[in-house]
Parts: sequence; structure tokens; C-alpha cells
Amino acid sequence: MVTDKKRVKGEALLDIKGLKIDGFSDDVWNPIVKGIDLTLKRGEVLGLIGESGAGKSTLGLAAMGFARPGCRISGGSIMFDGMDLIAASEEQRRALWGSRIAYVAQSAAASFNPAHHIIDQTVETAVAHNIMTREKAEADARDLYKRLQLPKPDTIGDRFPHQVSGGQLQRAMTAMAMSCRPDLIIFDEPTTALDVTTQVEVLAAMRDIVEQFDTAAIYITHDLAVVAQMAHRIMVLRYGNLVEESATRAMLKAPTQEYTRSLWAVRKLQKPESISDDIALRIHNVDASYSGAVKVLDNVTVQVPRGRTVAVVGESGSGKSTLARAITGLLPPSRGEIYFNGKPLPRELKDRDKDTLRRIQMIYQSADTALNPRQKVRDIIGRPLEFYLGLKGADRDRRVVELLESIELNESYIDRLPGEMSGGQKQRISIARALAAEPEIIICDEVTSALDQIVQEEILSLLMRLQKKTNVSYLFITHDIATVRAISDEIVVMHQGKVVQQGPKSQVLSPPFPAYTELLLSSVPEMDPDWLTGLLAKRSKKAKVSA
Amino acid sequence: MHPVLRTVLQRLGLGIVTLLAVSVIIFSSLEMLPGGYAENVLGQSATPETVAAFKRDLGLDRPATVRYFEWIGNALQGDFGSSYSGLSGSMKRDVSATIAPRLYNTFFLAAMAALIAVPLSLLLGAMAALYRNSWFDRIVNSVTLTTIAMPEFFIAYILVYVFAVKLKLFYPNSTVSIGTPFVEHLYRAALPAITMTLVIIAHMMRMTRAAIINLLASPYIEMAQLKGVSKSDVIRQHALPNAWAPIATVIAFNLAYLVVGVVVVEVVFVYPGIGQLMVDAVSSRDMPVVQACALIFAATYILLNLLADVVSIVTNPRLLHPK
Repeated sequence: MVTDKKRVKGEALLDIKGLKIDGFSDDVWNPIVKGIDLTLKRGEVLGLIGESGAGKSTLGLAAMGFARPGCRISGGSIMFDGMDLIAASEEQRRALWGSRIAYVAQSAAASFNPAHHIIDQTVETAVAHNIMTREKAEADARDLYKRLQLPKPDTIGDRFPHQVSGGQLQRAMTAMAMSCRPDLIIFDEPTTALDVTTQVEVLAAMRDIVEQFDTAAIYITHDLAVVAQMAHRIMVLRYGNLVEESATRAMLKAPTQEYTRSLWAVRKLQKPESISDDIALRIHNVDASYSGAVKVLDNVTVQVPRGRTVAVVGESGSGKSTLARAITGLLPPSRGEIYFNGKPLPRELKDRDKDTLRRIQMIYQSADTALNPRQKVRDIIGRPLEFYLGLKGADRDRRVVELLESIELNESYIDRLPGEMSGGQKQRISIARALAAEPEIIICDEVTSALDQIVQEEILSLLMRLQKKTNVSYLFITHDIATVRAISDEIVVMHQGKVVQQGPKSQVLSPPFPAYTELLLSSVPEMDPDWLTGLLAKRSKKAKVSA
Repeated sequence: MHPVLRTVLQRLGLGIVTLLAVSVIIFSSLEMLPGGYAENVLGQSATPETVAAFKRDLGLDRPATVRYFEWIGNALQGDFGSSYSGLSGSMKRDVSATIAPRLYNTFFLAAMAALIAVPLSLLLGAMAALYRNSWFDRIVNSVTLTTIAMPEFFIAYILVYVFAVKLKLFYPNSTVSIGTPFVEHLYRAALPAITMTLVIIAHMMRMTRAAIINLLASPYIEMAQLKGVSKSDVIRQHALPNAWAPIATVIAFNLAYLVVGVVVVEVVFVYPGIGQLMVDAVSSRDMPVVQACALIFAATYILLNLLADVVSIVTNPRLLHPK
């Protein structure tokens, strides 16, 4: 462990000047980070925020002197506590890694080795670098697990990564990073993969432990509300350039750049609620399960009015995607009925006729996997036109162009492959493919989760415009409350396969809330640096009262 | 019951079913071969009466299904019947007794080659993955590719030429008999063992390399690097434990090849193994011997693949330690 006299607060720990990093793609080196200056004092937490492609992860890793394969540091300097990390040998850098600079990755599930016990991975660096004996390191790890409020801290380390939940694993990874009491921890989107309710616990545990040991940290995220809880100071990055940098409170109060303000985008989008009694789809007392033992859907009743949007919201494992599978016939319900325009739908996909299939379409979360990478836009959109509507040749192409225009892309996209388009454009193509069938209902399964804030806003407004034009109904599955607020008319809250609450948006989003809705809504980070502190205080008070 | 044990037992059961299915295929395809032992021994000039009498002596006049069940029933008890050759004469030759020493020789050679080839290819594969695209990687890759691309008999003759004819380190042929002492046997089997090693090493080494390189792209490998774990420990501690399943599969495949694919090498080195025996038995239409050899080959394949399955199950913590 590093001695205490080295931990003087306020002294500069990391000093990056004019850093340039290139990435190799399409046979050329392209700049990813274009001359960034960054300084970090001991004990300070710096937030790096930006959308995908902003270079924030690359910059975070560079703070360790590490460049991913296919990346190279092409200019500038990185000084860590008086040591030049670019000039340092690999051995010297490796001696720092884990012991003085630690890394917490986005997906704990992927970043823990599936073959080893959690505790063995927690103490690995401390033991390998001879910082502690194995016994001491293990005792310390158990202490860290306790501080991070992991359940059963004495034995949880003896489990394998797949045996604990994602939120627990993320905290275990924080313990792993903390095991040598590093001077600096890089948190790289550590809560992005977690549900909001889990995110609160993990954020609280991470913030607490960083404060306890007075560790400096770089916190990388695309979520401004999250970083506001964690960081003293925020840097906004875009396309590898610095957009804006200031203290957290100052930035939230008065962002100086238009781009920074745009990061609020979706949160501002708001569709006026409109209720209708003309029911297009009615799911009635439906049960469904995959293996038979556990009910993934338990007595679910949901109605989707024509031309309206019903948002289904819940955490992972709440059964919301299973609901989509039951409606589309991919997973026949074990009980209950689904009525479409008043008539019961055949349970199994194979028993449904072509016209029924045409009327219910789906859009998926990841356009990357939902679009065939070898097909051109002409065929991706043209296929449903041919299959459902029998359009061929020039007629088909004309309709494809019309559809492209309706999703605000032009004719020039018709010969592109999915790989030649951005994430947002690909998702637009998925929308056009669903529209091509002229459906009455589109099931949107987390369609904006993989997209950046600004692109999310564009896609959501497009969906709303299309709804006005075609009177299509959306069953919109999401875990993001901001999205729900933005587009829904009605909301269905699901938890562990059951519908906890449903009703018009205004009603569901205003008190009094059922317990789970309350938990879910209160867990959504707000643009207020005191939000997390306030929430935790409120919750612990409530816990005391109920105890 | 522990789910792993149950899976293993299931696989074992499936293996036995497969073996029985294979036995049907072996028996019926040999039935369908033109010509028979009787015609072969008695020659073309034999009258139908003599052929029929000969067949009656061998029991070949009975229906095929009866003979199949008799054969498989006895085989399951370890009795493969009597060889046709010598049956009509005074001394009966037991198939098991004929095969046993040959099988021993083949397993001896296979084990020897495996003991050289498996550790060597794992080591080379791991090193090639660690230093990929380096000179070491390229040389290992091209040398092993060259040896796999050359026919086995060609490698065998080159080895004979260099080590037996020129350097006079080994005998050019590997005749052994039941009385050959162990060390002498090792020495005589050296050249065929090296030949086999050269033939199978490329496949295993490249598979190891590919499996490890594939794993090196995993986030947990990057995590290990960023924890300051040394290069060799990244491979040993973090990549290899997750690579056993694909590696075990390719090792099992090659070990099976060592047993069932040795014919050419045995012939070149005049090594009395089971491959040669089977070839002889086929040409003389000595069906009990052919059937027994084929069944042993099938069992070897099934058993080794079963082992590979078991290895991939027990090295997968998700299966070994369920939630």
C-alpha cells in the first residue's frame, strides 16, 4: 500500500497535455482524440461526458498509458505523479496498473473471468505485485465487500461471477479496483448496463468508497445526470475535442455550449397525452413461460388503443420483452387470450395468416443485428413490400423511395449496405421496414436504448410524426423513464412478470404511486448534484420508520 | 444428482446407443460386400455344393439378423468369435487373441505419439498466440502446415532416409513382437511415433492458437492486462482455463486419428498394429476380424469424443457450479 504522506490532497496527480490518439480503420489512421488537456488533483473526481465516438473511453484508458489494439498515442504527454506514461516501458506501466491506477469496466459480467472465483480475481493484483500476502489481501477484500454493501461479504467472494447479479458484480469490480488502494480509478460507464433501481445502489457504493479512501477518479459516462452525482468537475467531449469544462454545479446551472444543452434533449421531448377507447389489441389474462416452471408473464392484461402509444416499462427480467414475444406468436401463451380488432389471435405464429402477420410488425433494439449486413436497403425494405403486398420491380422501388422519404432519408440510400450507415440511420431503416408492411401495430422493443441522446430524440420524434400520419399503434417497450415521459399516452409498469400499474400517462406519473412505481421513478437520476444524497437520505429515513 | 454427473451419464448412454447403431452399419455393409470368404478360399471353380457346405461349416447359411445378434451379443461380452482363417482346419483362431497384441502395439504407438504431440502443440499454440504475427509465430505456423500438407508416407520415408539410412540412429523398420522389451519397443517405435506427431501437431497447435487468440479479445483479458497481470499469466491464468473446451475437442479428434488412421504409417514401417491386420482381413474377407477392428475403431472415436465433451463440461463453471 502506498504510504499516507504521498496522499496529499490538492496536489496534481495526473497531467495530460495536448493528447492525440489515432485509431486504425479502413486502412488509415484517423484521429479519435484531437489534442486534449486534462488535469486531475488527488482526491478529485472528474466526469468525462460525451456520446459514442466522442473519444471518452479512449481518453480514459490513455490516462493509464494504455491504448487498445488498433489505437496509438500520436502526440502529447501523460504525466502521472511525475512519471511520463508515454515514455515509460511496458514493465513500468504494468507495475502501476492495478496497484496505483485501477480500471472499472462497463460490463462487469464480461470483465470478470468466468473461470475463477470472484475473490481470486479481487486479490490478484495485490498478491502478484507483492503488495500484500494472500491472507491479508483476502481479509481486506472481504472488508471492501462489506463497505460496498455486498450481501454476505464473507462468502460472496467464493462464488463464480455468473452466480451473482450484475449490480453485485459491478460492486465487486469496484472492490477489485480498490484492493491496492490506488491513487486513481478510471470508471468507464460502470452503470450503463444496469437497471435504474440497481444503478442507485451501485452509484452510492462507488461514491462512498471513493470518498472514504480519498481516491482520485475519472468517471466516464454518456449520462449527464449520473455524472452530476459523482463528479466534482465535468468535461464535455465531442468528436475527440473538448466542448466545455467546468465545476459540476456551474455546468448544470449554466451550460455555455449549445451541445451541452442538447444532452438534455430527450428529457425535454414531451408528447401531449391523448386517450382513446378504440382498442386495437387486447391482451387478456395471459401467462407465459419458457421452461414451464417459472411464469415469465403472470396474468397480464394490457390494452393498446388505435393510433396511440402504450409504453411498457420495467427492469430487465420484468417480462416486457416476453410480452412482445407472446403477442407476435413467437412464444405462445400458456393461458389467456390475445384479441386483435376484437377477434382472438391464433396463439402460434404458424397458425396466423399472412394478413394478420402483416398487421403486427416489430422493431428491435439493435439495428446492427436486426438488419442483414449483406442486403442493401432496397432489399431490406423491398422484401416486406413484395412478401405482403406483392409489389415488384419499379413499383417496389418507387415505394421504397417513398418510405425512405417518410423516414427522412433520401433516394441515395437505396443502394447502401447497413455497414455504410450510422446507428441512427440503421434504426430508421428498421422503422421503414416495419412501415413497409402497412401495419396497425408496431412493437418497439427498446428501439432507442443503444442510441445517443440526440439521435434518440430524432428517432422518437420521427416515430411520433409517423403515428400521426398513419394512425399506427405503438407498444413501446423500454426501461428508460425519460423515453416513457416523452412519447407515451398510456403506461404499463411491469415487475417480475406482473403488471404493477397501468393507466394514462398523467395518472401513472403522478402520486400516489404503488411501491414499485415509486421505487422505479425515484431511481431515475435527475440533473441535480444533490439528487443521490437526497434520495439516499429519504430512503434510509423511510427504512428507519418502517423498522 | 449433480447436473454434471447426469449430463455425463446421458452422454455415456448416447455413446452406447451410437456404438450399437454403428455395429449395425458395420455388419450390414460387410454383408453387402460382393464375394465372400467361401468363394475367396475355394476359388472360382468351386461348385455351388462345396460353397454351400463351406458356408454351413462357418454358419453363414443362417439369416443375417440371427448372425448379427449372435455376433453383437458375444461381442458385448468380449467374445468376437473365431477368425475364418484356420476355422476349417485343425486349429481355431480366436479373434480376440488375434487382435489383442496388435491392439496393444497400436495403442503403444498412439500413446507415444500423443505424449510428444499434445504437450508440444499446446505449448507452441500458446506461444504463437502470445507472440502472434511475430517471426516465431510465422515459422511455427509454416513448419507445422508443411508437415500436415505432406502425405504421411512421404514424411515417413524422409525420416527413414535421414535418421535410419544416413545417420543410422534408428532402424528403418519397426518390427516388434510380443516378447520385445519395453525400452526396445520404445526405440523401435520412435520413427513411426515422430511421423504421427508431425502429422497431427499442426491441427492441434493451430486450434490452440486460434482458441487463445479468440479469447484474448474478451473484455476480461483487457481487464487482466489493466490489472497489471504479466503477459504469460494472462495466457495461463485468464485465457487457457476458458480455452479447454475447443482444445479438448481437437485433441480428442487427433487422438482418435492416432488409433484409426495409422494404417499407412504401420505399413511403411512394417509395424504390426491393428491397421495392418484389418487391411489383411479385408483382403481375405475374414469378416469376424474386420468387424471386430471396425467396432474397436468406432468405440475409440466415441469414447474420445465423449471425453472431450466431459472436459468441456467440467471446465465450464456455469455448468459445474450452477446458480
